[in-house]
Parts: sequence; structure tokens; C-alpha cells
Amino acid sequence: MNYPNNFKYTKEHEWAELISSNQIRVGITDHAQSSLGDIVYLDLPKVGKELKAHDTFGVVESIKAVSDLYSPVSGKVALANTDLITDPGKINLNAHGEWLLVIESSDAKSQYDGLMNSDDYTNYVNSI
Amino acid sequence: MLKKTALNEEHRKIGGKMVDFGGWDLPVQYSGLMAEHTAVRNDCGIFDVSHMGEIMIEGNGSLDFVNFLTTNDASKLAIEQAQYSALCNSEGGIVDDLVVYRLGNEKFFLVVNASNTDKDFEHIKKTLQNYSGIKPSVKNLSTEFSQIAIQGRKAESILQNLTDTKLEEIKTYWCKEGKVLGSNAVIARTGYTGEDGFEIYIPWNDAPKIWNALLEVGKPVGLLPCGLGARDTLRLEMKYALYGHELNDSTNPLEVGLGWVTKLNKSGDFIGKDKIAALKESGTKKSLVGVKSLGRGIPRQGYEVYSSDQSKLIGNITSGTSSPSLKYPIGVAFIDKNFENVGTHLWVKVREDFHEFEVVKTPFYKKEQ
Repeated sequence: MNYPNNFKYTKEHEWAELISSNQIRVGITDHAQSSLGDIVYLDLPKVGKELKAHDTFGVVESIKAVSDLYSPVSGKVALANTDLITDPGKINLNAHGEWLLVIESSDAKSQYDGLMNSDDYTNYVNSI
Repeated sequence: MLKKTALNEEHRKIGGKMVDFGGWDLPVQYSGLMAEHTAVRNDCGIFDVSHMGEIMIEGNGSLDFVNFLTTNDASKLAIEQAQYSALCNSEGGIVDDLVVYRLGNEKFFLVVNASNTDKDFEHIKKTLQNYSGIKPSVKNLSTEFSQIAIQGRKAESILQNLTDTKLEEIKTYWCKEGKVLGSNAVIARTGYTGEDGFEIYIPWNDAPKIWNALLEVGKPVGLLPCGLGARDTLRLEMKYALYGHELNDSTNPLEVGLGWVTKLNKSGDFIGKDKIAALKESGTKKSLVGVKSLGRGIPRQGYEVYSSDQSKLIGNITSGTSSPSLKYPIGVAFIDKNFENVGTHLWVKVREDFHEFEVVKTPFYKKEQ
């Protein structure tokens, strides 16, 4: 699997992309979608909800399994990709392209810098 | 240390995603649960179910002993016929559900759940010790038999390539002893998917050559190797019980829809009969029903089920998933019998929220005619 260099990652298998000085786009990694299998359910928070890093912000379910989604950073939900709720299987096809949330925070950049880079995440995935 | 079937290396070679399944290293899926499930519904799938237990009861007294041990009436079995049945304890609780094959006049082949094999064998041995009738021989042959399930409408034509036994002559829930690729085999027209198909019992070490031959013959016509994930969703769409979900040591067969394999009127006693008969007399209080979601919430084992007005906890979900064939969430619920009627609305607590469900007819999935 290929984990883009312009993303950062968490041990809970979310990816984060800094899209402006105060906004981070969030999704689940290819490893996460592959471990889950066919995704059939997705729950996302409402726009405006305040999240803390490592908080659960939603749920993703495959046919077999239920998995919590964890916020990689602290901030406010600016956008939620609610279109995915009606067709969550798209995540299986393109996990790094299908984002779930945009989180807004004044210190987005420094929070982002604190996450794992692509190499570290790849090593982490290979170690589990 | 996980136990391995004879097909472990074959699973790894073709990308099986291996998991610890009750102490066995088995594939939960290969190409994907949805694709595998669909292959079985439309074409064919093969499953390594070698972890299942096989117990042979043989010799004088076998029929009477099997009839004392199991709830169904084994005396109704002709030679080469199979029967779904249950082993109960003296309290009428279910020790295991099983398939009993009558291979000879006094020769019975019992196929039991993998995780229960040791428990079942102990239960059978103990029963035999205290048994007053003629004692047959009882052997646990689980490590001698591999089992491959070939399921789906193309199963017969695919398997026929590997055997001279005329498969069209084997009716549903019957079997024949024959050869598959030269190996001795019990070839049974049974399964756990709701599709036509076969389960073959073969010598442990012969599984790889037969498995690979099935893949080779079947792949061009749509056969896929299938993991335990698809096995579970296929059985769930039929509302077939799974031990540890719908059945356990304290569930009475009458409360979990197994009344049809519990023959209180058969000749002679059987273990648990008194307690089961007493429950029949006093009336069952619980019921195992199929429910479908009226929204998006997916029921899972253990989730609480509430009454139509949400005021009363009436039971639990025993199994649930998003049905790959029907594309909506389905579940099996063990609930207060007062709420068992088809059409009744119930509420399932999914995480923090109540989701509305309806009791529906089962099987959930019915083949188009």
C-alpha cells in the first residue's frame, strides 16, 4: 500500500491533510478500509461540533465489524462529507480520496506537524 | 498456538485474510466478503470447514444410543440419510447442534461445531458411561477428516468433475460414500448457506489436492474460495442458528426454533426430555425472531431490544449484519414471546440511540423461483 507523503497519519488509522493554515481534512487509511472489508455504514458528527484529539467522532461499520473513528486533531467540524453516508462503500475503492471531515483549528499547522509521517505510518502498519 | 487445517498454506497462497477463529487459523475472507457471498448465491463458493468436529458412533446399540443422545428421531433415518439435530444436557439446554449421518445400520457419523468438539465428545463419553443399554463404540475422528463445503447452484456440476459417484442421485440431506479424486469420501448434499450444494468429508491430508482441483474446475464458471465471513452472512440470511449466538448451554430448543428437531414422542427417553417436555407443558416464554431495520442501524450480537413503546427491555440481538443479498440490516433477536408476531415494531439500542426494527418472516432471503 502507498501512503501519500502529503498526508499525516495516526495509530488509529486516520489520515490528515493540511488544506489551509487552519483546516485539516480527515479520512481513514487504506489499511483501515482493507482491515474492515466491505463498508456498509458510516456515522459522522454535525458541522460545528467541537472535537478533541483522540475523541471518537463517528462510527464506520463493515459487514463483519464495527469500528470507532478517532479525531487526529482538536478543533471544530467545518465540513462533514455526508454524501458518503448513503454510499460508504466508496471508501473501500478510494480511502485516501474519500474524506470524512474538515476540522478547523487556529493551530492546525502545529497539530498536523505532530502526527506521524508516511514512512513512520508505513513502518507502524508493517509492525502490527 | 493456533490450530491449522490441512489447507492453511493454500489459504495463504491465495491471499486469505487469516484470523483466530475459536483457536483455529482460518480465512475470514479472500477477495472480499461481498463478492464471496454473491458468488455462492449466484454461482458457487467453496469453504474450508475442516475445523468442524466429526464423531463416529458405531457397532451394536448405535441407533438406540444416538437416539438417547440427540433430540431428533434417528430411527427415522434410512442408511445414507442425514438429519439436523441437537445434543442437550439434562436441563434441556443445548450442548450443541449437529448433523447426524446414518452411514450404516449401526453406524452414525456426527458432525459438530469446532469450538464444541471437545465438550461434545466429553458429554457423549460421560453419557455412554452411565448408559444402561448396549454400548456402541464412540470415536472422535476430527483430526482424521478434512471437510470442504461446495455451495451454490453450480456445485453439482463442478464437483461431478472430481467423482464417479452420480451426484444427481443424492437428494438434499442424503449422502453417499464414494471417491473424490481417488480419495475416500463421504459426499453429502448438505450445507449452511441456503443454496444447493455439498459437504465432503475426506482424509485430512488429501484436502489440498481436492481444494485446488475444485478451484481449477470451478473458477472458469464463477466459483470463488470463501471465508468464514461469507459463511456467517449466508447462514444469517437463512436464519440458520449458530452456536454461541442463537444457541448455548442454557437455551431450550423449543425457545430457539428447534422444536421441529425435538421429537418428544419418539420411542424411548433422551437426555433433557423431561425439562423440554415440562417447558412445552408450561408454555415457552421466549422466542427467536428475525428483525429488519426500518432505518440504517445495523444490529449486532448483544445489542438490547426494547418493546414497541420503548418502555421495556425484552431481549437481545443474537446475530446481525447488513445483508449482502438484501442490502439492508437484518438481525436475529431472542425476545419475550409476546412480541414475536410478524409486523411487530421493536427498538434496538445501537450504541446510544434507539433504532426502529420490524419482526419479519424468515428466512430473510428467498431464492427467486
